[in-house]
Amino acid sequence: MSLVAMTVVAEGTSGRDSTGASPAATEQAAATSWSRKWAHLYWPVLGLILPVTAAVAWEIIVRFGWASGRLVPPPSVVFATFVDLAKTGDLQRDTLVTLGRVTAGFGFGVAAATVIGAAAGYSPLIRRLLDPTLQALRAIPSIAWVPLFILWLGIFEASKITLIAVGVFFPVYLGLMGAIQSVDRKLVEVGRAYRLTDVEMVYRILLPAVLPAYVISLRSGLGLGWMFVVAAEFMGASEGLGYLLIDGQQLGKPAEIVAAIVAFAIVGKASDWLVALAAAPFLRWEDVVRQN
Amino acid sequence: MLVLERVGKTYPNGVHALGGVTFTVDPGEIVAVIGGSGCGKSTLLRAISGLDPASEGAVMLDGERITAPHEKIGIIFQEPRLLPWLKVAGNVGFGLRRRSQPERAQRVASALNRVGLADKANVWPRELSGGQAQRVAIARALVPRPEVLLLDEPFSALDAFTRTDLQDHLLDLWADATPTLVLVTHDVDEAIVLANRVMVMCQRPGRLFDEIAVDLPRPRDRQSAAFDFVKRRVLTALDRSLDRAAGDAGEEPKAEAGAAMWW
Repeated sequence: MSLVAMTVVAEGTSGRDSTGASPAATEQAAATSWSRKWAHLYWPVLGLILPVTAAVAWEIIVRFGWASGRLVPPPSVVFATFVDLAKTGDLQRDTLVTLGRVTAGFGFGVAAATVIGAAAGYSPLIRRLLDPTLQALRAIPSIAWVPLFILWLGIFEASKITLIAVGVFFPVYLGLMGAIQSVDRKLVEVGRAYRLTDVEMVYRILLPAVLPAYVISLRSGLGLGWMFVVAAEFMGASEGLGYLLIDGQQLGKPAEIVAAIVAFAIVGKASDWLVALAAAPFLRWEDVVRQN
Repeated sequence: MLVLERVGKTYPNGVHALGGVTFTVDPGEIVAVIGGSGCGKSTLLRAISGLDPASEGAVMLDGERITAPHEKIGIIFQEPRLLPWLKVAGNVGFGLRRRSQPERAQRVASALNRVGLADKANVWPRELSGGQAQRVAIARALVPRPEVLLLDEPFSALDAFTRTDLQDHLLDLWADATPTLVLVTHDVDEAIVLANRVMVMCQRPGRLFDEIAVDLPRPRDRQSAAFDFVKRRVLTALDRSLDRAAGDAGEEPKAEAGAAMWW
């Protein structure tokens, strides 16, 4: 795959470099248009060269017995463990439990951040009232809340979901408040000139203007949610991908740890992709390239 | 009829931007307001639009006092200010949101046709050139059929060729329903090409300095001797208005120096 990609690149550049009479020029044009057509396919492949080479190299080193691979399991072992965990249904159950926690925490965090962020962005009074306190709370590393949440809410789901919600809250709150404050005053004035009511002003001007920054803050909030679910599951969970990590550590099964990490990567990336996908229809105007 | 009665504006921070401007604009008339920077011409236009109501005096349209944006008054800004999340057709129909969908579609289509952008209806504003975007802004302002259309240096951000093109185009569009036009500009040629009357303003606080009627037949030839004659008159008036302002400016440092000595 990577070799093919590289030859394509080479052809593309040599085609562009060639100068001469009209047949050569058309050939060159054909070559550039052809390589441009495939560019979106082979550029991502370039990014795979390093990890795939490293994985294959490690596999070979362990196969030939040059390293034991006990602490750093080769890809084949990780894959086998992954399949084994999936066969027993542990992987699916743990993934679903973790996913449920992130979804609940993300939901509560986003709901609170959206209401408070919108109010603070819209009204200077509310901003002066709330923002200093929230900024002070933000300065506390969220993990520091864990002992308190466990005392208040117990060791089960409530304390975990609260921790995730707190982690999600701040980026979304800050992003939304900042976005509302930086809405182009000139566009708001267009709304005023066309005599929009307050409600119309919100959904015809403010909402669409704020949406791009809001989606970005949702995605960074979701990223923090995945970070905090691991922290939450590290202390006293009996299931979940974070529990799988701890289990692998205590029983000395590095392959299980790597399998759980891979599961995190897949589910985390997929959830981020889902958010981006859901927002895409509303943000199409952002992608347009200025032609003139 | 648009009547300005001693329209003045003092901002909350104490800046006296506009000191009592009185004039009347007949229906269908085109009036250009011209003056040096800081003479309050934009402030005057915003007072007429109701976006920044006058703090002294009154703006009356057909006997009704204007204190907020009014459906009979449209405005075109220096920048197109198109909403980037609406396609061109959505932007043009922005002022018609209370009309029925078929009527809106029909009026948007004919307006886009009229400004020569029928093929751009389904395009995002970001894909337009500066001149095209400003034409969309003109279509958006004209579609609700305003009685008065205000223009705040509408072509100043465009290149010279596009500017003259759009000036002629604006006159062409104006002929459809002959709304009253009040145009703020710092371009003397633009004022004389478009207007029946040129109002020259001077600054500190902004007030009317001179009024010059432009009795040239339309379409106006920018190269003609008659055009040049009017242009010279406007330029002389502008020069004198700036001299007076310069005299004002010369006095202020003296007052400051006196204050410094006092202390």
